[in-house]
Amino acid sequence: MASTIRLKTKTNDGVTTVRAIIRHPMETGFRIDSETSELVPVHYINEVIVKHNGNVVMSCDWSRAVSKNPYLSFMFKGADAGDKLELTWRDNENNSDSIETRIE
Amino acid sequence: MLRRDTFKYLASGAMVLVSGLLKPIAALAKWNEAAFSAVDYDEAIATYYPNQKIKESEQISIGVHAVVENGAVVPIKVKTDLPNIESIAIFVDKNPNPLIANFDLSPSCVGFISTRIKIQQASNIIVMVKSDGMIFSARTFIEVHEGGCG
Repeated sequence: MASTIRLKTKTNDGVTTVRAIIRHPMETGFRIDSETSELVPVHYINEVIVKHNGNVVMSCDWSRAVSKNPYLSFMFKGADAGDKLELTWRDNENNSDSIETRIE
Repeated sequence: MLRRDTFKYLASGAMVLVSGLLKPIAALAKWNEAAFSAVDYDEAIATYYPNQKIKESEQISIGVHAVVENGAVVPIKVKTDLPNIESIAIFVDKNPNPLIANFDLSPSCVGFISTRIKIQQASNIIVMVKSDGMIFSARTFIEVHEGGCG
């Protein structure tokens, strides 16, 4: 199955910008399904961890109020081209996915 | 503070033993369920930053449109040049749960975070930055035409 994560990096003057998009419904539990007229159960990513060469560089605690198909961007220093960058998410149903890329 | 943290750590450890769950302790201790479940803004703040003084700061900028058509997808950019940033958190005071997201930054991170959030109605967006162990805040008001929590 294709990854739920798109992860890109760009380094300028020693600062690496990380951009990620995760495919996830981020259901609040307030939405009514138009076909069944029933509430769609709450289902959302509550944890995202990004590691640079195995060390946590940034981690997120999220609520269900992060938008559907979450977008995340942050910047950090000290990465070299070819370094490993890994992003992992976990949701309230304990599903998870992970992707690894190389710093550009 | 330290003692309380130690207690929390031990308490969650005990819970793991009692319930027989094999989840890592850190994962249980980290996501602050009480703060994320709070329905009142002041309660969310008091729960997330217990006994902490919060100071307004002009060194935090919140990049967001003042008027938003669709509250389901509100792009937000936070920048700060405060020193030694440990975390950046986003709150929306009129949302069903005001604590939206927290980002823990390692020392190598720049004071910047960008994401997209849902906003139910006209609200203040409040950003809290933990810098040098203290909490600093900034806020901005936004108008929302169509709520984004449904």
